[in-house]
Amino acid sequence: MELKDLYRDVILDHNRQPRNFGRLEPSDAGAEGHNPLCGDRLKIFLRLDGDRVQDVRFEGQGCAISTASASLMTEAIKGKDRAQIRELFNKIHALLTRDDAVAGPELGKLAALGGVREFPARVKCASLCWHTLNAALERSATTVSTE
Amino acid sequence: MAVTASRIAPAPALDVERIRRDFPILSRTVNGKPLVYLDSAASAQRPLAVLRAVEDYETHSHANVHRGVHTLSQEATAAYEGARDRVRRFINARSTREIIFVRGTTEAINLVAQSFLRPRVGPGDEILITALEHHANIVPWQLVCEQTGCTLKVAPIDRSGEVRLEELLKLINSRTRLVAIAHVSNALGTVLPVQQIIQAAHAQGVPVLVDGAQAIPHGRIDVQALDCDFYAFSGHKMYGPTGIGVLYGREALLQSMPPWQGGGDMILTVSFERTTYNDLPWKFEAGTPNISGAVGLAAAMDYLEGLGLEAIAAHEQQLLALASDALRRIPGVEIIGTAAHKAAVLSFTLSGVHPHDIGTVLDAEGVAIRTGHHCAMPVMDFFGVPATARASFGCYNTAGDVERLAAALLKVREVFC
Repeated sequence: MELKDLYRDVILDHNRQPRNFGRLEPSDAGAEGHNPLCGDRLKIFLRLDGDRVQDVRFEGQGCAISTASASLMTEAIKGKDRAQIRELFNKIHALLTRDDAVAGPELGKLAALGGVREFPARVKCASLCWHTLNAALERSATTVSTE
Repeated sequence: MAVTASRIAPAPALDVERIRRDFPILSRTVNGKPLVYLDSAASAQRPLAVLRAVEDYETHSHANVHRGVHTLSQEATAAYEGARDRVRRFINARSTREIIFVRGTTEAINLVAQSFLRPRVGPGDEILITALEHHANIVPWQLVCEQTGCTLKVAPIDRSGEVRLEELLKLINSRTRLVAIAHVSNALGTVLPVQQIIQAAHAQGVPVLVDGAQAIPHGRIDVQALDCDFYAFSGHKMYGPTGIGVLYGREALLQSMPPWQGGGDMILTVSFERTTYNDLPWKFEAGTPNISGAVGLAAAMDYLEGLGLEAIAAHEQQLLALASDALRRIPGVEIIGTAAHKAAVLSFTLSGVHPHDIGTVLDAEGVAIRTGHHCAMPVMDFFGVPATARASFGCYNTAGDVERLAAALLKVREVFC
């Protein structure tokens, strides 16, 4: 278990300077996520063009892993359609939870989350934004929970 | 006041190196580093004396209690009821009839909420707590409010994390049916002026429950001197096993309360027409109890009295002062909870770093602290933080542990700042 493997430079950078941070107004869909264990809260705002995410922003407060994961996610999903996002979600989910998962080139910067699975207590931090995104895509305006 | 007795009388110093040898877990490593355990407020480690007492009971004397004429059942009953008397002496209760074994503080408070308070309250009645409470001393009362229509009142705190006593006292009135307060705040370490609050409540005929979960390991508790009506605590916060705790209740009040749970051991006779209930304390102990837990708890009490509660309190106060100074020297650290009287609990934040990231870096350094809301979300809201990092100290911690904490926090700054 190496600390540097969790807090890679990409993670630290996106924690310090989260991309696409703030509200998106007007937006077409959104959801709020909450991780009661650590008190992480985040809101995701989506502007959709049919099936495609035209723009996305997020706001909230959380640890470095949850902030960086959300920031990386917003960069990764912009311009993608639902099917592509679903595919990405499955790959991220595997990366965060399965020991045999390998980060392929299609993950891009998201591969920086590859160290999180060595820190089981922090997996929920990294996955909160993705669960919240799913909720937003389903246009359920409810609060989701990773607990 | 019991928890701060050390401020008045100097106590003999603890032989901490010898104490550490009593706790085998403290010699393990975590992530390749010697463990520094600073999370005793969440759960304290157990000394060999407790581990052996439990093992000895399980190995040689286990059977069900109060049920058999055979030798093992008698030995188990003697061990269990002996533990009850040990508890009585530890908190200076008048009688073992006032000592109810429960799973922990949470169950003790729920018992009082459902059996004592619920039948006595309705719309217009009030329960008074403070803004410092652990969820276990909030939610059981909210359930009673939902069930009966009574109202929960909350006495405010100030920026140092102390209860605003004047405002609390003003909230005690003719509608108040119970005051339920922490003895020591788990999130901030604040020692509450419980004796003063109890006196004021009693002056108006209002009973008082004290949540003693965080006070019991830090000093001598005397329920008669406190004059409280209920006192709740857990075994595992005082170096005993999990799953065992105590509700002390004034005998007259316990007598007046209906049983909480029904089942075996809490009855005298059962027929389908009419069941009569057992005497105190068994009326409140339905089902087979946690016998080995009680045995372990009694052993923990022997152990603590052997060390000397005043000596433990003095040692912990030294560590608290040392750690507070060390943390204040680290740029960006803010100590949350700066009450004049604190138990050895140190909650803090580090500017720009989420407590969970602090916790992960510290863990990599072998330093175990608690991070999060500490089951006290209203306290976090009051200070405007989602969470804090919390170091808590016990009889086995050393000045070296404080140094390791400070060094690990500098490492956190290296990574994030």
